[in-house]
Amino acid sequence: MRAPSGSEIAVGNVLLSVENVSLSFGGVKAVSNVSFDIRKGEIRAIIGPNGAGKTSMLNIINGFYQPQEGQITFKGETRAKMRPYDAANGGIARTFQNVALFRGMTALDNIMAGRTLKMRRNFFWQLLRHGPALAEEIEHRHRVEEIIDFLKIQEIRRTPVGRLPYGLQKRVELGRALAMEPDLLLLDEPMAGMNLEEKEDMSRYILDVNDHYGTTIALIEHDMGVVMDLSDRVVVLDHGIKIADGKPDEVKRDQGVIDAYLGVAH
Amino acid sequence: MSLLYQIFIDPFVQMGTAPDLLVQTLWEGLVAGVLYALIALGFVLIFKASGVFNFAQGIMVVFSALTLVGLYAHGVPAFLALALTIAVMFALAFAIERLVLRPLVNQADIILFMATFGLTYILIGSGELIFGGDPKVMITDQLLLPSGSYSIKMLGGFVQMQKIDVAAAVIASLMVATLAVFFQKTRIGRALRAVADSHRAALSVGISLEYIWVIVWFAAGIVALATGIMWGARSNVSFALEIIALKALPVLILGGLTSIPGAIVGGVIIGVGEKLGEFYWGPLFGSGIESWLAYVIALIFLLFRPQGLFGERIIERI
Repeated sequence: MRAPSGSEIAVGNVLLSVENVSLSFGGVKAVSNVSFDIRKGEIRAIIGPNGAGKTSMLNIINGFYQPQEGQITFKGETRAKMRPYDAANGGIARTFQNVALFRGMTALDNIMAGRTLKMRRNFFWQLLRHGPALAEEIEHRHRVEEIIDFLKIQEIRRTPVGRLPYGLQKRVELGRALAMEPDLLLLDEPMAGMNLEEKEDMSRYILDVNDHYGTTIALIEHDMGVVMDLSDRVVVLDHGIKIADGKPDEVKRDQGVIDAYLGVAH
Repeated sequence: MSLLYQIFIDPFVQMGTAPDLLVQTLWEGLVAGVLYALIALGFVLIFKASGVFNFAQGIMVVFSALTLVGLYAHGVPAFLALALTIAVMFALAFAIERLVLRPLVNQADIILFMATFGLTYILIGSGELIFGGDPKVMITDQLLLPSGSYSIKMLGGFVQMQKIDVAAAVIASLMVATLAVFFQKTRIGRALRAVADSHRAALSVGISLEYIWVIVWFAAGIVALATGIMWGARSNVSFALEIIALKALPVLILGGLTSIPGAIVGGVIIGVGEKLGEFYWGPLFGSGIESWLAYVIALIFLLFRPQGLFGERIIERI
């Protein structure tokens, strides 16, 4: 069980907020008029039935989708839409619902790819593997090894990730996101398709990331037990509309949420 | 019986009795192989970084060589023309990214492949429009490339080596070594491989697709220019050069579409195999063996190693 971390998550300390955001694909409204915020240091869950617009929401935050209406404020800067590069550069990292790794590359190279934006030496120096560029590479490698230790994936470092079992692929993907040293980490169903043991491992990593690095986390998850245990606050979407927002136990009791999950008698 | 003798015994007897001829044949095969490898390299670069088989690589060779020769013909000094051609290849890479690749982000690979077909015809058309369709002579001397030949006395005979061939082998080896290190060891190299594997994952770690694509097409353009100069020096600069691009196919099958060293090894195997086959076994088939032997070699390899000698293992989860 997670003790509500209360004090350090001040109400005013908003890291990211979306206001009145709407996104439609042709005639399909994926997200309509949704507003919520994510506070610095919290674990924020986004839940809802299938097709509720959860992943669309993450894609909007991370700049993959550009909403037709509304605005996004990240670190005090308000804009109508994110671009993936700006999101990554500003400190938003993410994982994907169906793992998106660089399959032909080793676990180590995948995680190193997460450091792309942190490397500054130009490539002529890197090509010569000399002086400052080499020192930089070593420093980054050092950080990456820390992450590898943290996620306990030392023995698969040199394995092309395409060959790894699913649970480990998810872990490498988390490692790549962590390598970006993000301020905001978006996790799209980090535990989908995992067995109980793997889920427990992953939950521990998520909590550790939040505790040790103080990383703010927004996650989509279907396993209600996990959501209730992990998150500080929950936002519930259904058919692209926000139907509830609050502490896990408040949300759990909300009649609208129960109806959305179980259906209503007409 | 005599046929078996002709196939299995006689060629080796010939090799043994005239070793200088064997060395000469091997050398010619090596040079041809290195040049095939250069073309294959252009394909590998773009395939590695975008998962697209670039059908236009052959015409890029012709187009860059034509630009170089054409600029010189209009009175531009040779090295300035070289610099300008490099600038043109950069502009081309930039335009391709803007006009062809960017609107097709996230489309299936086959769509991008078809787009490179379109590109091929645009380059053929504009090349002919600007520079005319007649064959031109490569400005080898003006670029200070060596001409003439070495004649080395060995094994009881003489082996002739064209200086331009030696230069081609050296330049190609340097290019391959540089590109191999670039891909394996640098940040941009890692980003290039990342883009090839997954567009959205690459975007999520902050890799800019636009930037990467311009770089990789520019690199392929430079390789095309080097290929154009070397092939142009051996024959002429004409649109017929585009056909040699087809020779890159067996090289790619052999070396693997994703491997830079594979392109070189594949090129050399094909080049040497072709020349040996032509010289020693050719007469049996009434010669002309050179035009199809490469494909037979590739076909045999395909049976046993579909991913090529150095290609990444194709792993598919079911």
